[in-house]
Amino acid sequence: MSARWTYLFAASNEPGAPPPPWWARAANAGLALLAFSLIFFFSFHHLAYRLRWDSLYPYRELFWRGWLTTIALSAGALAGSTLLGLCSALARGSRLLVLRYAGKIYVELVRGTPLLVQILILFYVVADAFGVQNRHLVGVLTLSVFSGAYISEIIRAGIESVGRSQWDSAKAIGLTRGQTYRYVVLPQALRQTLPPLAGQFVSLVKDSSLLSVIGIQEFTKSAEMVNSRTFSTLECYLPLAVGYLILTLPISLWTRRLEERHRYDT
Amino acid sequence: MNLRLREIKKSFGGAIVLDGISLSLEGARALALVGPSGGGKSTLLRILGGLEHPDAGEVELNGQRVLFTEKALLRHRRTVGTVFQAFNLFPHLTALENITLPLEKVHGRTQAQAAETARELLARFRLESHAGKRPADLSGGQRQRIAIARALGSKPRLLLFDEPTSALDPEMTSEVLDTILELREEGLDFILVTHEMGFARRVADHAAFLSDGRLVETGPAARFFASPAAPAARAFLDKVLKY
Repeated sequence: MSARWTYLFAASNEPGAPPPPWWARAANAGLALLAFSLIFFFSFHHLAYRLRWDSLYPYRELFWRGWLTTIALSAGALAGSTLLGLCSALARGSRLLVLRYAGKIYVELVRGTPLLVQILILFYVVADAFGVQNRHLVGVLTLSVFSGAYISEIIRAGIESVGRSQWDSAKAIGLTRGQTYRYVVLPQALRQTLPPLAGQFVSLVKDSSLLSVIGIQEFTKSAEMVNSRTFSTLECYLPLAVGYLILTLPISLWTRRLEERHRYDT
Repeated sequence: MNLRLREIKKSFGGAIVLDGISLSLEGARALALVGPSGGGKSTLLRILGGLEHPDAGEVELNGQRVLFTEKALLRHRRTVGTVFQAFNLFPHLTALENITLPLEKVHGRTQAQAAETARELLARFRLESHAGKRPADLSGGQRQRIAIARALGSKPRLLLFDEPTSALDPEMTSEVLDTILELREEGLDFILVTHEMGFARRVADHAAFLSDGRLVETGPAARFFASPAAPAARAFLDKVLKY
């Protein structure tokens, strides 16, 4: 291959190498996208099924409201699970043993059981016992509890990646334990936790679809309802995929930008 | 400084690191802790800096007994400065922010006051052009001098150096040693753990030789380095000064 072709299709994979020029990135991203498109184009062509988009049109309002509900649920659970995850991660490093075990039990209990079961128990048993009627609120809380357990593990790994010497140093300059977390440990842990955190947030958005079992009309539920009336399955579920992508792609892009901003050598 | 240690003991998981250290110094300016590796020098320094609890024993600094409760230790740490072998700067903060963080969060200065103090210190160490750089963009010597500036920011009554040049190239070693010498001339009290015997001899007025967790010999630095009395100290000095 001549040098020019190498330049267009290949880039250095040494750490710290400069990124390839924009046109090489654009061309190759397009190429990869084209490859995926071809697979789907062939498959759908093979299906020889004419998509009837017009059958969805009367239900556009239902889709729209479902999508907005999913956004609201996800945003609430995103904040809730971050808070719960942070608290649980800090509890696991606490001097109080009961807090440490509470954090541990919480994580193991939640990670080891299906989300579906958690939703049903929290809604029909726990929320009922405490007199909480609002199913949206219970939905957000359940999702926060579920996702918080994973985030707790992610944050804990981030905290543990900050070396002993940083704690020493923070102690030596007279910071309290809380200040050490706030100004020294968590800012450094953040950089380690961003990539897995992005993955967890993306999962969270998609997991919100399970809340339909307690009668919340979110995005997936809307698609199911329309499908049961129009029997146009593909037409119902393809927009679903696009709708979730519109929510999850910005999360990935946003965390990647944060990652760039928090990049520094150690 | 007046320093009094009584029967300091410390062990880690059954291994005795300090086996009853007693020492009494009056009006000392700079104390050098020397001895073979694993002899307990660094552990003793960490106890003096309030980073480690002794299992037993008493520490008295300038007539004040150091209490080893969490609260008292926090106060104690805020009045002494510790400089580590591996610099231990905060990698996510700039040189300036490394110095201002304790001033703002521990010593209650405003952001402007803290920045002013930090800039003065950087200027004094001829590092002002590096104020906005992160530790990774600085040389080892520069990092260590910023760590010294960070420790000095709050005007500590005592500075503790734990092998401050062991992680440095010879060229950078001298730049850090020059800085310590300057501080000495300004009359700052410090305790220094070091393997640089020539430097220890020049900068310290007292020396303490630790080996196997025991204080083998102590005395005026000039006398100790010229003619150590204890055979172990003599053997050690002969060995390290051989080349």
